[in-house]
Amino acid sequence: MAETTTQPRSFQEIILRLQAYWAAKGCAIMQPYDMEVGAGTFHPATTLRSLGTNPWAAAYVQPSRRPTDGRYGENPNRLQHYYQYQVLIKPSPPDLQALYLGSLAAIGIDMDLHDIRFVEDDWESPTLGAWGLGWEVWCDGMEVSQFTYFQQVGGHDCKPVSGELTYGLERLAMYVLGVDHVMDMPFNDPSAPIPLTYGDVFRQTEEEYSRFNFDTADTAILLKHFEDAEAECEAILSAEHDDPKTGKRIIMAHPAYDQCIKASHLFNLLDARGVISVTERQAYIGRVRSLSKKCADAFVMTEAGGHSAEDAA
Amino acid sequence: MPDLLLEIFSEEIPARMQTRAANDLKKLVTDGLVEAGLTYKSAGAFSTPRRLCLTIEDLTSESPDVTEERKGPRADAPEKALEGFLRATGLTKDQLELRDEKKGQTYFARITKPGRAATDILAEVIPATIRNFPWPKSMRWGAGSLRWVRPLHSVLCILTAEDGAETVPFDIDGIVSGNTTEGHRFMAPGRFEVSSFDDYVAKLKSAKVVLSAEERAEAIWHDATNMAFAAGLEVVEDKGLLAEVAGLVEWPVVLMGEIGADFLGLPPEVLQTSMREHQKFFSVKNAKTGLIERFITVANRETVDHGATILAGNNKVLSARLSDAKFFWENDLRIAKADVSEWTQRLENVTFHNKLGTQAARIDRIAALARELAPIVGADADDAETAARIAKADLSSEMVYEFPELQGLMGRYYAEAAGYSSEIAAAAEDHYSPLGPSDDVPTAPISVAVALADKLDTLTGFWAIDEKPTGSKDPFALRRAALGVIRLLLGNALTLPLQTVFKDADWSDDLLSFFHDRLKVYLRDQDIPHDVIDACLAMPGNDDLALLVKRAEALSAFLATEDGENLVQGYKRAANILTQAEAKDGVEYRYGADVKYAETDEEKTLFAALETASAAVQPALEADDFPTAMSAMAGLRAPIDAFFEAVKVNADSEIMRRNRLNLLHDITAACGKIADLSRLEG
Repeated sequence: MAETTTQPRSFQEIILRLQAYWAAKGCAIMQPYDMEVGAGTFHPATTLRSLGTNPWAAAYVQPSRRPTDGRYGENPNRLQHYYQYQVLIKPSPPDLQALYLGSLAAIGIDMDLHDIRFVEDDWESPTLGAWGLGWEVWCDGMEVSQFTYFQQVGGHDCKPVSGELTYGLERLAMYVLGVDHVMDMPFNDPSAPIPLTYGDVFRQTEEEYSRFNFDTADTAILLKHFEDAEAECEAILSAEHDDPKTGKRIIMAHPAYDQCIKASHLFNLLDARGVISVTERQAYIGRVRSLSKKCADAFVMTEAGGHSAEDAA
Repeated sequence: MPDLLLEIFSEEIPARMQTRAANDLKKLVTDGLVEAGLTYKSAGAFSTPRRLCLTIEDLTSESPDVTEERKGPRADAPEKALEGFLRATGLTKDQLELRDEKKGQTYFARITKPGRAATDILAEVIPATIRNFPWPKSMRWGAGSLRWVRPLHSVLCILTAEDGAETVPFDIDGIVSGNTTEGHRFMAPGRFEVSSFDDYVAKLKSAKVVLSAEERAEAIWHDATNMAFAAGLEVVEDKGLLAEVAGLVEWPVVLMGEIGADFLGLPPEVLQTSMREHQKFFSVKNAKTGLIERFITVANRETVDHGATILAGNNKVLSARLSDAKFFWENDLRIAKADVSEWTQRLENVTFHNKLGTQAARIDRIAALARELAPIVGADADDAETAARIAKADLSSEMVYEFPELQGLMGRYYAEAAGYSSEIAAAAEDHYSPLGPSDDVPTAPISVAVALADKLDTLTGFWAIDEKPTGSKDPFALRRAALGVIRLLLGNALTLPLQTVFKDADWSDDLLSFFHDRLKVYLRDQDIPHDVIDACLAMPGNDDLALLVKRAEALSAFLATEDGENLVQGYKRAANILTQAEAKDGVEYRYGADVKYAETDEEKTLFAALETASAAVQPALEADDFPTAMSAMAGLRAPIDAFFEAVKVNADSEIMRRNRLNLLHDITAACGKIADLSRLEG
């Protein structure tokens, strides 16, 4: 695949090339969701849009937070804040593997020199009540992406099935750019008037958040926020479907799902603070799952979720 | 007769499922064909990451005609019955045959089902097999409802005869069978036609696909060992990994890389585990030093740079992985050397089971029990307790968090680093043993004390909270723990009455009978029959398993002798007569057999023999010397046989009868001291 003759020179160039590639393949290029999430899958453009019968094709960058992975910016490849590139196409096209391989070529991976492998990896998200089958994709022994055919989300069977691709952008970019420590990776073009490395942009925040996540986050407040988010989610979903003000049928699936995302992130923070015991852990995960299932139930009752006016009648 | 070639081509099938799936495909399709009346000479199944393949040689081209006879209504039956029968058989009345039957003239129909072409049968059997395939986990894709392990792309199905090949036509959810396939994803893209199995294998090979998994595994092993040999090294054998790797590639290319000097100080088990689990690399070791110095990876393609880029990439990934491992190892060692109690304290926050408290509480119990058991196993009590306290400290280490399968082994390394004696350190690794029925049983006293304490604590704990195994469910591996205790006790000939450990809790009898059940299974494998075990289980002291087994072994050996077998017959005869008499008379004959009422010589001899035997058996039993006790008892065999030969128990004289019955009781009582012989079968 000789479409891309030059090697990318920076982290952002890899992102831009992925955006251009998937845009050319017909995906809606969306923007990151404006909330704290643990992975790109949490973006409603994936979680909710994988439900119901309406076709969908979207790609986007999603900043993701995993508080327990914080290493004060010192570890060469572990970060508490990182980027995922996410593609979701419903129904999954028959040539999805080929499309995916094309995206690797687009970011400068020469298929004639590298060894690309699809290694079994079943995906499961206990908090989303979701699972799928697929692979981790290896390039010369390194995992560069997750490739999943969604089977169930929020307790609902996916019909049709969505194909989901998740690229761990930092790791992939470090590999393509030949960088050993994430903080040394060029963020913009190294020959730009003001060249910036990943470390210039994120080293300090990694330090600050590592301290906050591990030692300072107020667990009493986090617990209260968790409970508030849970209660708010339930309250939103229990509202009448018919809005008394406009007289329209408005099911507030997305606002409710925002609260579910919040609860999930608060749980991750509590986990990083080490205040959740092994047995409690399961209970918290169960509570978040119960919220995401209810949000999924609500979404499939909406138009975007494939519900038609005739169904309602 | 034609040959069949079937290939089901899909996205990458998990390596661990491929072999089983190929065999299932063979079985399901051939069973279906045979059921439909076809026969064949031989069949073979193959798999690669992207395809399952079945070849059948000399398949009959059609199934034979089948004629069946069906009985219809009687000639005098209502017209409606006959109409129904004609409808069901599709015949007319004149095609039926009338025969004389007992109940009158009856219609019979002969229906001939014509044979069917193999093509038609295949076009039914193969789609049905695909639709109902027993994958451990299957999925849907796109907008369809068909299930397969990963998206299914094409099906090649041809019958090849001397005059050429024809496609067996069928359609599964829009996938139309054909006569084409494709080769290696990267090295030979594009589809090609196939006309026979040989043609298929040859064309695949030129399209950079080795069809046979065994052939791929052999090629990998051959190249890997040669490459290592050329460097004066050897590959560490790993059959599971070899099979897995052979399922990850269609065109194996073996590459050898070096492990950075920085990492050679890691324990070899850590290197090997990290490389195998994360990267699916083989370890290559220096036979002289035992150190792992290189790795072998298997790529799925050739490249113009002879794998240089691939190897460099793999090297880089390995370095990152091993940097993590090294970081864990060094951090762990620092803590181990400074103060292991940091780890044991951390276990106070780790729940073992919500009804059984934390890991720390569990370790306290195990330590106390190890101390209590120390004298029995011949270990120093302080050492046993210390060993138990640090045996699970490695559960807090970063290395075990990363590689749970290294638990115990890391514990030993870290205990040694912390300055404990090698015996105490060894207990950290050995106390998990024996894990399986063929695993070695620890023999070092400290290890035995901790291993027993660990397993007994688990068993008593789960019995106390009533979490026992049921049916096939044994989530806490309690059967394995009980078998472990049994093997530790027997393998080390330890006298440990289990009730002293159970401390007469209300569940202790139940747990003991669980042990007895496990013991029966274990002894059955040692060819000791279950009735012999039952006879011994009925004796006091059955919570001392070593004693129980000693008794069972002696009894089993005794029963194999002529004296033993006959004595049991004599015993049974005596017991039967006694039971019947007691039932009839409504009294128990338990006391007062007196030699002075003995009339015949045989009777007198038996009295004397009983006295002699009892005098010898008693001290032998007190010394748990069952063989001696049993051979003393064997002396009774001849007098008993002679007694029954010559003496009528039910004598006319009531005094004599009662005396003889009491004598029979004394005999059964004496025999019963060895084991409850009434439980022996046959």
